[in-house]
Amino acid sequence: MDALNDLLLPPAKSTLAQNTDSLFWFVHLSGLALTIGLIGVIIYFVVKYRRKSDDEVTPLITHNNKLEVTWSVIPLIIVLIIFGWGYQVFMEQRVAPDDAYEVNVTGQKWIWQFTYENGARTNGELHVPAGRPVKLIMNSSDVIHSFYVPDYRIKQDVLPGRYTEVWFNAPEPGESNVFCTEYCGTSHSDMMAKVIVHEEEEFQSWLAENSGGGSKPEDLAPAEWGEQLAQEWACTTCHSTDGSDMTGPTWQGLFEHEVPLSDGSTVTADENYIRESILEPGAKVVDGFPNVMNTYQGQLSDEQINAIIEYIKTLN
Amino acid sequence: MANHSTTTSQSRFQQHHFVDADQQFDAAKMGMWIFLVTEILMFGGLFAAYIVYRLWYPELFVMASEQLDTFWGGVNTVVLIGSSLTVAMAIKSAQLNQKKNISINLLITLALAAVFMVIKYFEWTHKFDLGIFPGKFYAFEGIDHPKANVFFSLYYLMTGLHGIHVIIGMGLMTWLLVRSSKRHFNSEYYSPIEITGLYWHLVDIIWIFLFPLFYLID
Amino acid sequence: MSTQETNLKKIQVQRYEPESDPDKHYLNEETGLWAWMTTVDHKKIGIMFLGSVTFFFFVGGILALLVRTELWTPAKTFIEANTYNQLFTLHGAIMVFLFLVPSVPAALGNFILPLQLGAKDVAFPRLNLMSFYLYLIGAVIAIVSILTGGIDTGWTFYTPYSSTTGGAVTLMVFGVFIIGFSSILTGVNFITTIHKLRAPGLTWDKLSLFSWSLYATSVIQILATPVLAITLALIGMERILGIGIFDPALGGDPVLFQHFFWFYSHPAVYIMIVPGFGIVSEVISTFSKKHIFGYWAIALSSLAIAFIGFLVWGHHMFVSGQASLASMVFSFLTFLVGIPTGIKMFNWTATLYKGSIQLASPLLYIFGFFFLFLVGGITGIVLGSIALNVHLHDTYYVVAHFHFVMVGGMVMAFLAGIHYWWPKITGRLYNETLAKIACGIIFIGFNVTFLPQFVMGSLGMPRRYFNYIDQFQIYHQISTIGSYILGIGFVMIFYYLIKSIYTGKKASPNPWGSRALEWQINSRPPLHNFHHTPVIINGPYDYHKPMDEFQLGLAESGGNGHGTDIDVSSPEETAKGE
Repeated sequence: MDALNDLLLPPAKSTLAQNTDSLFWFVHLSGLALTIGLIGVIIYFVVKYRRKSDDEVTPLITHNNKLEVTWSVIPLIIVLIIFGWGYQVFMEQRVAPDDAYEVNVTGQKWIWQFTYENGARTNGELHVPAGRPVKLIMNSSDVIHSFYVPDYRIKQDVLPGRYTEVWFNAPEPGESNVFCTEYCGTSHSDMMAKVIVHEEEEFQSWLAENSGGGSKPEDLAPAEWGEQLAQEWACTTCHSTDGSDMTGPTWQGLFEHEVPLSDGSTVTADENYIRESILEPGAKVVDGFPNVMNTYQGQLSDEQINAIIEYIKTLN
Repeated sequence: MANHSTTTSQSRFQQHHFVDADQQFDAAKMGMWIFLVTEILMFGGLFAAYIVYRLWYPELFVMASEQLDTFWGGVNTVVLIGSSLTVAMAIKSAQLNQKKNISINLLITLALAAVFMVIKYFEWTHKFDLGIFPGKFYAFEGIDHPKANVFFSLYYLMTGLHGIHVIIGMGLMTWLLVRSSKRHFNSEYYSPIEITGLYWHLVDIIWIFLFPLFYLID
Repeated sequence: MSTQETNLKKIQVQRYEPESDPDKHYLNEETGLWAWMTTVDHKKIGIMFLGSVTFFFFVGGILALLVRTELWTPAKTFIEANTYNQLFTLHGAIMVFLFLVPSVPAALGNFILPLQLGAKDVAFPRLNLMSFYLYLIGAVIAIVSILTGGIDTGWTFYTPYSSTTGGAVTLMVFGVFIIGFSSILTGVNFITTIHKLRAPGLTWDKLSLFSWSLYATSVIQILATPVLAITLALIGMERILGIGIFDPALGGDPVLFQHFFWFYSHPAVYIMIVPGFGIVSEVISTFSKKHIFGYWAIALSSLAIAFIGFLVWGHHMFVSGQASLASMVFSFLTFLVGIPTGIKMFNWTATLYKGSIQLASPLLYIFGFFFLFLVGGITGIVLGSIALNVHLHDTYYVVAHFHFVMVGGMVMAFLAGIHYWWPKITGRLYNETLAKIACGIIFIGFNVTFLPQFVMGSLGMPRRYFNYIDQFQIYHQISTIGSYILGIGFVMIFYYLIKSIYTGKKASPNPWGSRALEWQINSRPPLHNFHHTPVIINGPYDYHKPMDEFQLGLAESGGNGHGTDIDVSSPEETAKGE
């Protein structure tokens, strides 16, 4: 059974995942029984009543009320059980405990951003304490996204202009994948994140370390930090560093070079241009690329933008 | 119906696949009824959107409704009800075989429909002058509500879709007038008038819902 | 039963033997391109629809193969992410709006329905032709929109993505809007035809189950399609005028769009599958030479599905942020809609009991349908359960589920219908051996393609992904191989069916020994279907009566075959009564 479980379901890493799995197996196994039964009966009939001569006459059997009622009522009872069970598990998933630890989540094309109680911010990595219920308060800044953690069996759409919630309790430290499951455009499939579950103390110290949110680590050169930021803020989802065209223009060989714009003019990609493109992406759109980038106004600090520019300079 | 159920000869407008004129008449009428159901559901989508937004922003609907001219809306209601009456009279004339009256009644219906559209035209242009455009072009400052544009989007969509139906109805009436002047209709054959009449009643009924929903909110 | 006996005596029945190789039939009367383009003959319109949906099926199929090929590797295989997104959008939109919705009703239904009713045509032949042209115009607009910018919204057009993204979305929704009217007109036409044009004696309890299923389908078409039309019109308006009904940036609500969209699109899956159910009933009864078991249960369950189907749209939205109470109600109703579907499966199985089963290719396709649709249905139950839906929503599990229902169910039934009625439509028999082989290839190819998708879906692979994590590669590769096998199967069918038109053996009027009305006239029916207006005495599934007796049932009619003076009163009254 465990082997079968691993074949069909991801590891159950939250306290409620097991409930979903039991229901999963109940429905599938009863469905399998029904399939085998019905197909078996059909095969039996086909073998037994195969046409032997062309002028066979078959009996007139129009209906049988007892039989009809039986095969309507029994499935009805089974599906009602499945319904009730599914609803009960669902309500457990929905109602977060009062003492849950809250994290704010923002989805935007194509990055997940997390904000913690003390102002710490992360991109693409959700850090949570083990063994404590965690409630995510989610919102989108553009189109609809959906927050999905297969290991926890949870999923919730993230809407613009409205808050939605989801909660989980991961008892063991570890990592799990987060996928976006509501189609949101070009890099929908790259809109991934990781949930990183820490032991309580480890989590607290991580939280304390990151309280300021985004100042340069001591041991990094600005360009190295810029490279890290470009990963973290998912710049590289759309901007390659090897010269290939993705959703946006490549960064390789960008700095101090002429860039053709969609209005026909050209501009030299200096510090001011790159800064403007980060804070006001629609102002000067490079010819041949869609105007889809979001503003990072109020998200990236000046220091961080400078670091990213330093990094771009190294790509020439 | 009773006066042509005894027909055995084929009328010149009977199509080959019908057994008799009765069957053709019944089929045409039923087809139109079913089509009207789809029309109701099509408007139903917009009415559903209306209900949702009215529940969310009740105060907006009261405020914005004051920008609509109840008097002219009321006149239009009377005009449309009148045209429903005349189209019914056209059907009656056909049943009584009064061929001249068919044309007269259709002509009055067409004229009333035109009056409705002219009034509608002045209502809309007046709003455009004020800067009340649908959606993102909305530029009116007289209503102190952030979602005022949504009300007028719904207003333009619903009265606009209704207006398109009136125009289609006017086209049908014109076609009936042409056929009527060629003496195609009589007490044996008048199903085009009958089913156009059904359509016209629906257009009328939808307006009777639209009028209080937009003009008479308080 | 006693009234029936008395009626029988009143009718002057004449035995009518269909010719096996008629000189004149619908194809060689009124020939030429212009005659086809302006035809109001339901059979020719049916064939034109059949040609069009086949064309779009192959277009959609090629797109599917491109999508599957791209997924061979976890990153880019041969196309860009944007192109990939456009490909799966087009695959979905073309298959749903240009193939699945019109395939059985507009193509097969158009051809067969009047024949099964003993009618000379549908109630409104010109409207029928208009419906075809609306479909063509809509299809052309859709193609133009593909060429002038493409659409990358997914076939579901979810706002606010669809109201803000670039490309030719406005044009595309306009095309689908037009196709919607084609569908509505077909629905209006069929309901009226079934009510008003049944031959004398064809009471509701003698109506074929295929006609019943088309009736249920038409009801859904006329009730649901207008809502889709207005929803798509709103998206167009949103993009042109920024009316702000759905876009939160302008004060709207994106979830409202989902409600509107699924109010159509859930019933729409029943538009696609219910006519397939009708084909199953016909084929099972014919090839087991047995009266259908539970006629009323099957007929009424179609209607039940049609009505309950309108109340379950919210099960697409369990994780959208809709209220828990709403989710509970929608989940409950979803399970209820499973029951009539189950009843059908059991009744069909019971029909085989003590039958005389001939494993001809149409029946093989139906058995394929049985297994695949059963799997599709049971996984539907899985998805209807809210808690499981939370995990499986928008993963490959859902993709596999609806392909099992739509391709495994509907397309298999459609193919069964094509093979079953092919001799009637073309007057030719296809190569039975090739047909059986192709059926096997499709069945295997289909399972290889879509079973792995269940697995990766429940493991957490989201749908509409261009890149994916390495863990899923093996499943994607198996699936891609399966899709090529599936493609070969479809091409094979196309080959031997087309070949049969030129070199196939001539078909007798009733090659399967069916009791249904359409088989009692010539293969390649006459231009106006019935030389004599038929008077229906026996039901379409009366296999307990010998064949000779069966053909008694066509009354002498007035000379021109247009039957104006039939010498029966009461059956005709019953027929028109409803």
